[in-house]
Amino acid sequence: MEFEVVIGLETHVQLATQSKIFCGASAAYGGYPNEYVDPLTLALPGTLPVANEKVIEAAIMMGIATDCRIRRFSRFARKHYYYPDLPKGYQISQYDEPICEDGTVEIKLSTGQRRTIRLKRIHMEEDAGKNIHDPRTESSLVDLNRAGVPLLEVVTEPDLRSPAEAAEYLRTMRQIVRFLGVSDGNMEEGSLRCDANISLRPIGQEAYGTRTEIKNLNSFKFVERALEYEIARQQSVLRGGGVIVQETLLFDSASGTTRSMRGKEESADYRYFPDPDLPPVVVEEEWIARIRESMPALPADLRRKLVNEYGLSEYDAEVLTAERATVDYYLGVVAAGKNPKIAANWVTTELFGALKRDGLGIEEAAVSAARLGELVLLIEEGIISGKIAKSVFEEMWSSEKSAGAIIEEKGLRQNSDEGEIAKLIEEVLNTNQTQLSQYLGGNERLFPFFVGQCMKATKGMANPTVVNRLLQEALKRRVAG
Amino acid sequence: MSGTLSPELSVVDAARLIASGEASSVEVTSYFLDRIEAHRDLNAFIEVPRERALAEAAEADAERARGGRAPLLGVPIAVKDLILTKGVRTTAASKILSNFVPPYDATVVTKLREAGAVIVGKTNLDEFAMGSSNETSYFGPVKNPWDRERVPGGSSGGSAAAVAARLAPAALGTDTGGSIRQPASLCGIVGMKPTYGRVSRYGVVAYASSLDQVGPMTRTVADCAVLSTILSGRDPHDATSSARTVPDFSAACGRSVKGLRIGIPKEYFVSGLSPEVKEAVLRVAATLEAQGAIPVEISLPHSEVGLAVYYVLAPAEASSNLARYDGIRYGHRSPEAKGLTEVYRKTRSEGFGKEVKRRIVIGSFVLSSGYYDAYYLKAQKTRTLIARDFSDAFRDHCDLIIAPTSPTTAFKFNEKTADPLAMYLNDIFTIPVNLAGLPGMSVPCGFDQAGLPIGVQFIGRPFDEETLFAAAAAYEQADPSARRAPAGIE
Repeated sequence: MEFEVVIGLETHVQLATQSKIFCGASAAYGGYPNEYVDPLTLALPGTLPVANEKVIEAAIMMGIATDCRIRRFSRFARKHYYYPDLPKGYQISQYDEPICEDGTVEIKLSTGQRRTIRLKRIHMEEDAGKNIHDPRTESSLVDLNRAGVPLLEVVTEPDLRSPAEAAEYLRTMRQIVRFLGVSDGNMEEGSLRCDANISLRPIGQEAYGTRTEIKNLNSFKFVERALEYEIARQQSVLRGGGVIVQETLLFDSASGTTRSMRGKEESADYRYFPDPDLPPVVVEEEWIARIRESMPALPADLRRKLVNEYGLSEYDAEVLTAERATVDYYLGVVAAGKNPKIAANWVTTELFGALKRDGLGIEEAAVSAARLGELVLLIEEGIISGKIAKSVFEEMWSSEKSAGAIIEEKGLRQNSDEGEIAKLIEEVLNTNQTQLSQYLGGNERLFPFFVGQCMKATKGMANPTVVNRLLQEALKRRVAG
Repeated sequence: MSGTLSPELSVVDAARLIASGEASSVEVTSYFLDRIEAHRDLNAFIEVPRERALAEAAEADAERARGGRAPLLGVPIAVKDLILTKGVRTTAASKILSNFVPPYDATVVTKLREAGAVIVGKTNLDEFAMGSSNETSYFGPVKNPWDRERVPGGSSGGSAAAVAARLAPAALGTDTGGSIRQPASLCGIVGMKPTYGRVSRYGVVAYASSLDQVGPMTRTVADCAVLSTILSGRDPHDATSSARTVPDFSAACGRSVKGLRIGIPKEYFVSGLSPEVKEAVLRVAATLEAQGAIPVEISLPHSEVGLAVYYVLAPAEASSNLARYDGIRYGHRSPEAKGLTEVYRKTRSEGFGKEVKRRIVIGSFVLSSGYYDAYYLKAQKTRTLIARDFSDAFRDHCDLIIAPTSPTTAFKFNEKTADPLAMYLNDIFTIPVNLAGLPGMSVPCGFDQAGLPIGVQFIGRPFDEETLFAAAAAYEQADPSARRAPAGIE
């Protein structure tokens, strides 16, 4: 029997706001235990939550970025359970009135095929703290730094059809949140978390099969591996005539397998009810419009601009929009350098090469976008040749000098004087009679030789484009006459 | 000691005395601290931070010498032990918080301090504000100064007894289903629950978030107005607090009641209501009518279900609000507990009293899957109907509603503890006001045959405390007979 794989993902995006979602305590990462707490984080008696507007903004941005319907009224709800990392004994989340619903995310597979994944909902909630189990003292230590950090939960419809698609969806999610600037989107660090729901159904069947939920997926690779393992497991159960038990599984990265979370109460009753301490979240059209106008551009939109307006290839557009810092840099170069294609070329080859060689991120580039743009402009205006520009760039990288300064210092302006070049060409042709005859006899492959002689005579400073053109003309005249 | 000090000192009097230099705050505060000590048998206080209060008083005196003019400078005020006071133990009258010293002040306490007041002590209450008789406190019951064999009412029983016994000129209480008004009525003092959202709940141990409010308990309407003005206002720490401007409630006290239509709900004057209470309340209506007010019979058709709605919604919210008392971060933790489940189970079993447990269980049940729609959701919908009864009455018929505060006068200890429902009935006239979020004030209006105080309740439109103050002040002035001191509190 052949099965179709049906996957849905629940992604938690940890927002990079300054403060927590319901109080002013810091939402930063990496403090010493219980450094970023205040009375509300500790759930002291009498404390009350107040919604952080930046979190609502982030949710609206995500909703706009994914074409969701953004609710005019949405509510916070209390979700109750007891665990030491949940100080109030309930998590403030959203239940049946989430802020965003019915969106889409477009993913591009390695085959080039594009798929649209539907989003069921996006809602706001608070993160829990961390429990650390200390085997030496047989006690648990509770660190509440993370308690109250804002999360967006993004839930897809079960539209994904393979582990590769799931990984690609997560990569796209990561790119979106990084471009919007709402999160670092880092799975290894926990700012992007994913639980996967997977089921199989016989090809052609409409009804979904029983699904299992897989937790503890800490990287894109682990997501793929866990899903691949679970597909194989479910297949063998079903082919053997068994049934899938609806359960929650933990992925064990060491063995590459999924294991049942035995002993965990599966059907907890969270006793959801609307949180009476928080008024409904009201999002008017004009707030959405203001955010739409001021929010960062999305990768898909930027790619389209690079291809349609700047004439770049799809491939280059993807490379340049992989990270927001990269596209910001590139656009900075274009702003100063005017020619988007030269700019694209320089960013993807020379700049990337230098960064890789020195092990730097683009934010640490030794040449700023504006400075590189100046260099591009000099090439565009024909002031220096592309070849000379390469050595200028190297000097810019190591010396922090501007292109203009280096060119003046070293006299690197290329010679575009047509009169001089024409004279030079005549000289070269006259002193190389043998080759000239051969050329005129039909050996056109000697053309670069003459070019080379010209460049040698001028120590590389002649404008190669001009040399080429005038040499062509000079040779034509000789052929004719 | 200054000859002008007497138990009858009101907040306004005390403020004036201190501001004029006739008495120092240290004198006034010591005077009341001594009275608190002399009447310890009432058990009205859980914590009396004597040294700290005297230090605050000394600071107030120094401030006065520097030219300080804060409205309550140096005046001692008692605070219900449900309201957090930084550095001073706050217990909610529960074993589970019996060792809890807050690191921050409630907003209402901050406001009192900014007004220059001295916090003279933390008053006793029903545990976690759940009760109508102050018999559920971990620290023992409070006695009604009018008859020490009777309850003071609850949950703000300690505050009511303290003010009635003149142990402090005023006290803060909280009111979720009547916990300011009912004890005020049983102890013969003034107590006001403001409109929901008028006063910040930040720093008040939460019982039922959509119902709780803080309010003043005083002996005069004028004192109540002064305190109300100081306590009210938007608080960025409380998202449910209102941004509405706070009027000067003292100014409303002099307003005429001529032409004021006073609604008398016919559903309230039926069985279960003591005839003496009924008579006293109708007399108030007559007194106001003599001043030009217009009594009007109104109907509040859903009155009957108010109690049921409250005892679904309040326990539901309480079960949620009390989930944080788990022995992990603060408060009592069972010394016997081994492992997480035992920490939770033993701590909470040991730490909570019976009535609190009862309400947590009820609350968890009505929120649980399969019962939520039938109970919680239905109660919320019915709540809207109850609120609508009031808004219809205010829209079409009256400007103010008059009602009994409590169906009876103070009852004896243990008289109603056998059947929780019998106890719950005490709040039958006060609960709908919380459900509708309206302002309500209880004012003493007479005594029964046994000499026990009777209170009349005024209920107003949302944010129209001014009309309450106008009517209450007009009544108080017209009939001072209700203002007596209990015997035995010299």
